[in-house]
Amino acid sequence: MLAFVEGVGLAGPGLRGWQASRAIFAGKQAYSRAPTAAAASELLPAAERRRAGVPVKLALAAGQEALVMAGRDAAAMATVFASSSGDCDNVHYILEALATTERQISPTRFHNSVHNAAAGYWSIATQCRAPSTSLCCHDASFAAGLLEAMSQVAVAGAPVAFIAYDHPYPEPLNTVRPIHGDFGMAMLLAPQATERAVAALDITFMPQEMESSRTADPGLEALRTGVPAARCLPLLAALARGSRETVILEYVAGTHLRVAVSPCS
Amino acid sequence: MHGKRSGLAPCDFEPVELDTYIGRVPGLEETRVRPDLGAYDCRNNRLAQIGIELDGFAGDVARARDRYGAARVGVFLGTSTSGILETELAYRRRDPKTGALPPDYRYAQTHNTFSVADFVRRYLGLQGPAFVVSSACSSTAKVFGNAARMIAAGVCDAAVVGGVDTLCLTTLYGFHYLELTSRGPCRPFDAERDGLSIGEGAGFALLERVEARPEAGAMLLLGIGESCDAYHMSTPHPDGLGAMSAMRGALATANLVPSDIDYVNLHGTATRTNDAAEDRSVRELFGGGTPCSSTKGATGHLLGAAGITEIIISILAIEHGLMPGSAHTRRVDPALKCNYLIEPRKARVGRVLSNSFGFGGSNCSVVLGAAG
Repeated sequence: MLAFVEGVGLAGPGLRGWQASRAIFAGKQAYSRAPTAAAASELLPAAERRRAGVPVKLALAAGQEALVMAGRDAAAMATVFASSSGDCDNVHYILEALATTERQISPTRFHNSVHNAAAGYWSIATQCRAPSTSLCCHDASFAAGLLEAMSQVAVAGAPVAFIAYDHPYPEPLNTVRPIHGDFGMAMLLAPQATERAVAALDITFMPQEMESSRTADPGLEALRTGVPAARCLPLLAALARGSRETVILEYVAGTHLRVAVSPCS
Repeated sequence: MHGKRSGLAPCDFEPVELDTYIGRVPGLEETRVRPDLGAYDCRNNRLAQIGIELDGFAGDVARARDRYGAARVGVFLGTSTSGILETELAYRRRDPKTGALPPDYRYAQTHNTFSVADFVRRYLGLQGPAFVVSSACSSTAKVFGNAARMIAAGVCDAAVVGGVDTLCLTTLYGFHYLELTSRGPCRPFDAERDGLSIGEGAGFALLERVEARPEAGAMLLLGIGESCDAYHMSTPHPDGLGAMSAMRGALATANLVPSDIDYVNLHGTATRTNDAAEDRSVRELFGGGTPCSSTKGATGHLLGAAGITEIIISILAIEHGLMPGSAHTRRVDPALKCNYLIEPRKARVGRVLSNSFGFGGSNCSVVLGAAG
């Protein structure tokens, strides 16, 4: 399946946006880890801005950057959201409340607990009524989301905004499911090579063992293995280098995705 | 469905203490998943296993696996809360000194949203692409779209779709504090409706590429429409704009007009707001003549499993020529104007549109029909 990358968005530890991070991925600037910066989107109405958790902020920040770069209208854009665990702070709060005798949970906490909360806030922020898919594939959520987004582009023949994000659980869940940092990533994928296209992606499902691509920098590699959504880093690095490369992403239970990246001149 | 029987009963789900009715699957506490997949044992995956083993479904999938190859059969399932009940119970058994979860707790195989597809894929010996769609109560309708696209794009030749949701404290208490649960059995579209009844369920379908000349009677996924409300996280758009867009999308992809639909299986949760908004959008699109009903008085609201359950009910409606009635509904709200069926109706049913709407303003409509 073929699609063209028109925009990229990023919010990660020491990665303040795609434009600011390209030199790091291209090996021209050293990577140093720092807390992820992602403010609540100003597109959200005041009430929703107050209610939005960190994962929503990550998703909206990355998504908006990718759409601005692509020069596309968010209100008309189909979306795919991928995350391993959704809003982990919120889930923990509900679980703690349910372990008490009162078991009282607030309506806001409850509606924020759905896996598609980020998609819901995004559609409110952008006033977008286009179709949206929210999915999960544990550690392979980024690969699954990319496959889904590419299939939508291929079948519908229309652009799709793909957003992947993850956020750590507090304890005690952090011990059994450690996620090492806040990370959000977005890609605007289009069916045709427009003047905005930076690269073509050709993706193939590989039902076999292969060696996954890594990132050269040890700090970025720790981020890649530490956060499911950051499994995208080898693909972002290939885009930043602007060279023709093949990236292998681990997918579900021993399967992989092969992504052939070709820069558009 | 012929006799309007309902599976709803007063809530006896331990350790929940709420004055409400639920649709509970009996015997799940005693069920265990297949021993080689024992790590996945939890209420959600137990119900998944029960669903797979019914109606010869596992055998149908095995034949598809032999025909296409294990790597060419995908698994796209939906769930809302997955096996979160395991974590809810584990939070009551935390180490009093360290706060740690008990050592027998397994996150990836139970709580994580992907768990049910991971379990089903292994259970059925499939090696194709897989993921779980989780968009609250539209989840298991939307997976028909994901699977159809994967097949159309050539990523796989067939796919197991559907999914599971099971009783847990998060949804029972969450809907309770949202003041959306009824104290009695839910009464969709009733003038005195006062909320939903939560149930649990599993349902699966095997989706394959349509042959050039499908066998007469073969059930076809004719169209699917998806949309967002862009309005509120837990309240539907009052005019049903998102619902309207999903229904229009489903008809457009099926290349049909509203008068081609013989029966609409409504989302019909029996909350004041859902039924009013859905009625408005259905009436505007279908003009008030098309028979429609909600089957949630029989099943309860199966949340993430509502989509697949009602798609299966829609298929049965076509196969049996029966438009289901509405268990527990006594008098249709005079403010609701669509042609709502309280009693089941025997009639030829050629095509059905089924609605599933969820939190986050996630809407999905599916059109089904039998090959002529």
